[in-house]
Amino acid sequence: MNNPLLSVRNLTRLYGPEQGCQDVSFDLYPGEVLGVVGESGSGKSTLLSVLSGRNRPDVGQVVYSGPQGGRVDLYQASEAERRRLLRTEWGFVEQNPRDGLRMTVSAGANIGERLMAQGVRHYGQLRQAGLQWLRQVEIDPGRIDDLPRSFSGGMQQRLQIARNLVSSPRLMFMDEPTGGLDVSVQAHLLDLLRGLVRELQLAVVIVTHDLAVARLLADRLIVMRRSRVVEAGLTDQILDDPQHAYSQLLVSSVLQP
Amino acid sequence: MNAHDGQNGSAQGYTFAYLDEQTKRSLRRGLLKAVAIPGYQVPFGGREMPLPYGWGTGGMQVTAAILGRDDVLKVIDQGADDTTNAVSIRRFFTRTANVQTTLRTAQASIIQTRHRIPETPLQQGQIMVFQVPIPEPLRFIEPSDSETRSMHALNDYGVMHVKLYEDIAKYGHIATAYAYPVTVDQRYVMDPSPIPKFDNPKLHMSPALMLFGAGREKRLYAVPPYTRVASLDFEDHPFELPRWEQSCAFCGSRESYLDELIVDDAGTRQFVCSDTDYCSQRGSQEAVA
Repeated sequence: MNNPLLSVRNLTRLYGPEQGCQDVSFDLYPGEVLGVVGESGSGKSTLLSVLSGRNRPDVGQVVYSGPQGGRVDLYQASEAERRRLLRTEWGFVEQNPRDGLRMTVSAGANIGERLMAQGVRHYGQLRQAGLQWLRQVEIDPGRIDDLPRSFSGGMQQRLQIARNLVSSPRLMFMDEPTGGLDVSVQAHLLDLLRGLVRELQLAVVIVTHDLAVARLLADRLIVMRRSRVVEAGLTDQILDDPQHAYSQLLVSSVLQP
Repeated sequence: MNAHDGQNGSAQGYTFAYLDEQTKRSLRRGLLKAVAIPGYQVPFGGREMPLPYGWGTGGMQVTAAILGRDDVLKVIDQGADDTTNAVSIRRFFTRTANVQTTLRTAQASIIQTRHRIPETPLQQGQIMVFQVPIPEPLRFIEPSDSETRSMHALNDYGVMHVKLYEDIAKYGHIATAYAYPVTVDQRYVMDPSPIPKFDNPKLHMSPALMLFGAGREKRLYAVPPYTRVASLDFEDHPFELPRWEQSCAFCGSRESYLDELIVDDAGTRQFVCSDTDYCSQRGSQEAVA
């Protein structure tokens, strides 16, 4: 097996006793999807923000190994380097697309922004990339000049994904990407995500409280409760044979249709 | 107004050029920093001026800070010397500083302006003072000031092109006609205040010092003489200057920035130079010839 893409050690960020996340360690390999599940307030989102360089940890280390074998210790690196990573080799999909999109500019500009930040100064190329990515995420390319606010919730979420994928990232962070969408739209989005992850060999850290989403997308799971990881392992293993009392509770509390 | 005049000819009860000496010193310190870091926005302690924000309080504070007794002041608004704002500001400094004023670009040592850079080429030693409404070029897309400051610090200017992209997507060309963003000395992106983009090339390698003051936002910035100033654009949509089919109705100029006037109820249009000094100079030359 090759080297881990992301190596996390003893990551801790606490807002109060057992509020936040503490002592989290794991390795993420290229092309792997890691699900983070747990109840509200268990520290999932805190963990995600610390992993993605948005929130400085109290203790711990996040090391990213770039494509050319360069290693970046996220919190030793400069702010400029962190920003560069976040808009080139990484992506972040927010739960609410309004937080991840620029709502005042067109869909095409949203998709092109990362390319412009990387120095693409050719309108024709930006336009091409916009059209191509709209097609990839199954939005009608004819809507390239429309504002995101005229899109439905599911389309906004897909646009947000396209906006992140345009820079060909190797690692994506997703915070409840299907939250707030109705079931059929959720299914469509998950299907699309699964396809893209396989096709682009993306590594993903996905936070969700929906075990169905976790089962569909994630290769591995970590279960969090009261700021700590209580169980980690392969998705099927955890969902079919949970060991920790809390994981058992979590799995058994899902309604079976 | 002789009854109000103090010993040195300025209005009684006021220091030279209205602002107190300590305020002017602090402004000059800010201006020195602004000149040292071309295009960088320096915060300053803006004062209340006896006219409302938006009427040129930033420019007036800069002018007050740099004005000397021997300076010759020219004030223009939309290129014209005879508009209300220009007349009021000129009279303000005549009364409070008793400095000489002029309408001639070539004779002025300080030119305070609202929208234009004069057509007559500036010379070494001259200072342009701009009245700036919105100093932050990133504001349209990023409302947080701490965020825009880190974007400037980290040279994180990708979003500037988003605006230009939107223009092309909507109108087929870059439709931004004023406050057209520029990169100063290949580092800071700067809003050149609401001058028309027609005037952007005049900033590049200008022999004159350009000072910008935003009164409401309390920011100073500067373009020192002989500094590279480049307008942002795309490779396949390069920066373009506006052009007119017409020439000036008074002086016949085809090179200057023209204002469009509607002169009767039938909608007859006339184009005239926005720079009144330039226009009248050309007019008198023709009369001699």
